[in-house]
Amino acid sequence: MDLKDFRHLMNRDCMSIGVHPCRVTAMVLKVFFPSCCSSADSGILIGRWISEQNSAVILAVVHFPFIPVQVKQYLGEVQRVTKVSVSVLGSWSNSKQEKEESLSEFLEDLGTIFCHEPWIQISKEGDSKFWSCSILQKHSKNPQEEEIILVYYDQRKVMLSHLHPPLDTAGQRAEDASKLSAIFDTVARSQVLFMTDRYDEGPIKLTHWQSDGVEASIIVELLKQASVPGCMLLTFLLSLLSGICRSRLLKFWPLSFLWSKLSTCEQLGHRLQHLQVISSNKKAQNQNQLMRKANIFVSLLIDVALGILLMSWLYRKNRIGHLADTLIPVADHVAEELQDLLQWLMGAPAGLKMNRALDQVLGRFFLYHIHLWISYIHLLSPFIEMILWYVGLSACLGLTVALCILSDIIELLTFHIYCFYVYGARLYCLKIYGLSSLWRLFRGKKWNVLRQRVDSCSYDLDQLFIGTLLFTILLFLLPTTALYYLVFTLLRLLVVIVQGLIHLLVDLIDSLPLYSLILRLCRSYRLAAGVKFRVLEQQDGKPLRLLMQINPLSYGGVVQTYRLPTYSCYPRDSWASLCKKLFLGELIYPWKHKGDKQN
Amino acid sequence: MAEERRFLSASGVPIALRRRQHSASCRELAVRGPRLQLRSLSAATSAVWLAAYGLFALCENSMVLSAAIFITLIGLIIYLHFVKVDQESLLVIGSLGIQVTSAYASGKESTTFIEMGQVKDVVINEAIHMQKVIYYLCILLQDPEDPQGVSEVVPLFQSSKPRLDCLIEVYKSCQEILEQRKTAP
Repeated sequence: MDLKDFRHLMNRDCMSIGVHPCRVTAMVLKVFFPSCCSSADSGILIGRWISEQNSAVILAVVHFPFIPVQVKQYLGEVQRVTKVSVSVLGSWSNSKQEKEESLSEFLEDLGTIFCHEPWIQISKEGDSKFWSCSILQKHSKNPQEEEIILVYYDQRKVMLSHLHPPLDTAGQRAEDASKLSAIFDTVARSQVLFMTDRYDEGPIKLTHWQSDGVEASIIVELLKQASVPGCMLLTFLLSLLSGICRSRLLKFWPLSFLWSKLSTCEQLGHRLQHLQVISSNKKAQNQNQLMRKANIFVSLLIDVALGILLMSWLYRKNRIGHLADTLIPVADHVAEELQDLLQWLMGAPAGLKMNRALDQVLGRFFLYHIHLWISYIHLLSPFIEMILWYVGLSACLGLTVALCILSDIIELLTFHIYCFYVYGARLYCLKIYGLSSLWRLFRGKKWNVLRQRVDSCSYDLDQLFIGTLLFTILLFLLPTTALYYLVFTLLRLLVVIVQGLIHLLVDLIDSLPLYSLILRLCRSYRLAAGVKFRVLEQQDGKPLRLLMQINPLSYGGVVQTYRLPTYSCYPRDSWASLCKKLFLGELIYPWKHKGDKQN
Repeated sequence: MAEERRFLSASGVPIALRRRQHSASCRELAVRGPRLQLRSLSAATSAVWLAAYGLFALCENSMVLSAAIFITLIGLIIYLHFVKVDQESLLVIGSLGIQVTSAYASGKESTTFIEMGQVKDVVINEAIHMQKVIYYLCILLQDPEDPQGVSEVVPLFQSSKPRLDCLIEVYKSCQEILEQRKTAP
C-alpha cells in the first residue's frame, strides 16, 4: 500500500509545528565554486551575486597582475554580450607557502577598488583541501558571523546540462522559478566567457573551464557545407511530392477510400511529415525542438537501416521465390481448414442440436464463398512472386513501411474471413434487434421514435398473434446464427490481434526517442532531473564543503518527455463498450486514425 | 560527530539510526535496515531448485533445470538492484534543501533533492497499512499558487518503516534546522 495515498489522513495537530506563512532567507552564504579553478593562481573572483538567495556563483578567476580599469571594461563587455550581471565578487589566494601578511592586506585593499558587498575572501594554503573563507562587510548593520557553505560544481557539466522539466523562457524568468535553475541559467548563459582561449594574449588572464578547442575535421566541415543545399533540394522534392499527393486526381471516391484503408499510405504520409520537419531550414527555437529534430532524424536513420538489412536478407538466395511458393499453399491450407470448420458446423458441432434447414443454408452459402476465394487465389498465383518482388523493394523506405505492407497483405489475404464476419454479424444483429422489438410487443409496449422512449400501446389480437409467432421463430433460430457469428468473430479477432501486434511494433519504432536515450546513456549529465549533493570531509572552523553533482533523468522520464507523436491507431472503444458491441453484433473496427470522423 | 542508536521498525526488525552533524546547518540522518540474510537467500534458492528438480523428475526435460538456474540468477539481480533497500538517508542542509537518498543492496543509489523554497514543513503522519496503523515521516511541499496549500506529500523511510520513537528523533533534528531558517532575520 502506497503511503502517498494517505495524505488525507494527515494528523497535523499533535506533531507538526505551526506553519509560518512568511519566510525569511537565513543568513547562510553559499559560494558556488567551479572545481576546475581550485588549482588556479591567486587573483580575484568574478561571477554573479544572487542577492535574494544570498549566494555567489563564481565563474572564473582573474590572475595577478591586472589593471583594474581593464578588468572593469572587460566585465562590462561580458555583461553586454551575455546579459548576466557579472561582477568582481572577491579575492582568491592560492599560496604554496605560508601565508604572507602583506598579501592579505593587499587583498583586503582590493575590496575597496572593486566595491562589492559582501566581499568574499577565499584562501587556500599549500595543498590543503580545507580552504578558509571570510566575508568582509563594510556597511553592515548586523555584524554577526555568517555561516559559509562552499559548493563545488563542474562547470562544463552544469553548462551543458538542461534541467527538466524545461522552463517556459517566455512566460517566467529563470529567477522566479527556483534557486537551482537560476544557477544553471547563469552558468549556461556565460558560455561566451569560456570560449576565450587559454593562450590568448589578452590584457586579462582568466582561469575557468574551457574546451580544448573545437576539433576541425575536413569531413565534418564538408558535410556542414553540403547540408544546406542538400536540405534545400530535399525540401523542394518534398513539396513537389506532397503537391502531387494533394492533387485532385487522387481525391476521387474509390482512390481516396483506398488510401484511407491502407496503413502503408498512412505510414508513408507520416514519414513525409518527418522528412519535412528535418529538412526545414528554420532554426530550432529551443532545446525541445532541437531534441525532436534529432530524435526524428535518428529514428528515421535506424528505420531505413533496418529496412535495408531486411531487404538484403530477403533478396539473397532467392528467398522471395521461396516465400511466394509457400504463400499460396498456406492460403489454400487456410481455406481448406475453413471448409472443414464449416462442415463441422453443418453437422452437430460440440453435440449441439441446431436448426437443420437454416444450418444447411448458411453452411452452403459460406462454402460457395470459399470456393470463389480459392479460385481467385489460383488466378493470382502466377503473379504473386512478381508482386512480392516489387513490394519488397519498398523496404528500403524503412522497416516500418515494410511492416505496414505486411499488415496490408495479411488484411487482403484474410478478406474472406472479414466477409464471413460481416455476414454473420449482420444476420446476428438483425435477429437481436428483431427479438428486442418483438419482446416489447409481447409486453404490450412499443418504441416511440419521436420521443425516444418506450410507450405502452394497445395492439390488436392478430397483431399480437403474428408478433408472438415471429418472436418464437426468431428465438428458436437464434442459436444457429449465434454459433456462426461466434466462430467467425473469433477468427476475425485472431487476425485483428496479429495486425495489432504489427502496428504496435511500427508505433514503437516511430515514437521511441532514440537520440535522447543514447544521450542519456553516454552523456547522462546532459539531461538533468535535478542535482544531488555530497558532503565532503569536514574540519572544525572551516566552511562546510559540498560537491554538487547532476542527477540524470531516469530512462522512463526521458521516454515520457521526448516521445514522438505518432499518427497512431489508438483503441476506438473501451473494453466494456467493445464487449457490448460484440454482444449486440455491431461491426467492430479495432482502431481508428486520428483524422477519422466519429461515425 | 556521528552517533548511532538502535530502534525497531514497524514490523519488528532491528534498524539503526545514524546521526551525523556536518555543521550547524547541515545534518545527515541515515536509517540502515537489516543486512541480507544468507539463510533466507539460500532457503529461497533451494526452494526454487527443489521445485525445478521435482518438475524435472516428472517430465524428464533438462531445460527445466537450466531455466531454474537462470530464473534464480535474474531474480537475485532484480531483488538486489530494485527491491532490497540497504540504507535510506536524509541530508538536511539549512538554506539549501533536503536530499533524500535510498541506497540499494547492489550499490545503486536513487536521490531526490528538494529545494528549501519548496519545503513547507516536515511532519509525522499516521497511515493505515495492512491491518495496523503506522506512523511515517513526510515532507510537505509548498503549492506555488497558494501559500497555505500543500501540493504534494513526499513520504520518507518508505522501505524501512521505523517506529514512532525513531521518527520523533529524526523529526526533532529536522525541525532544529528548519527552525533556524524561520527565526533568521
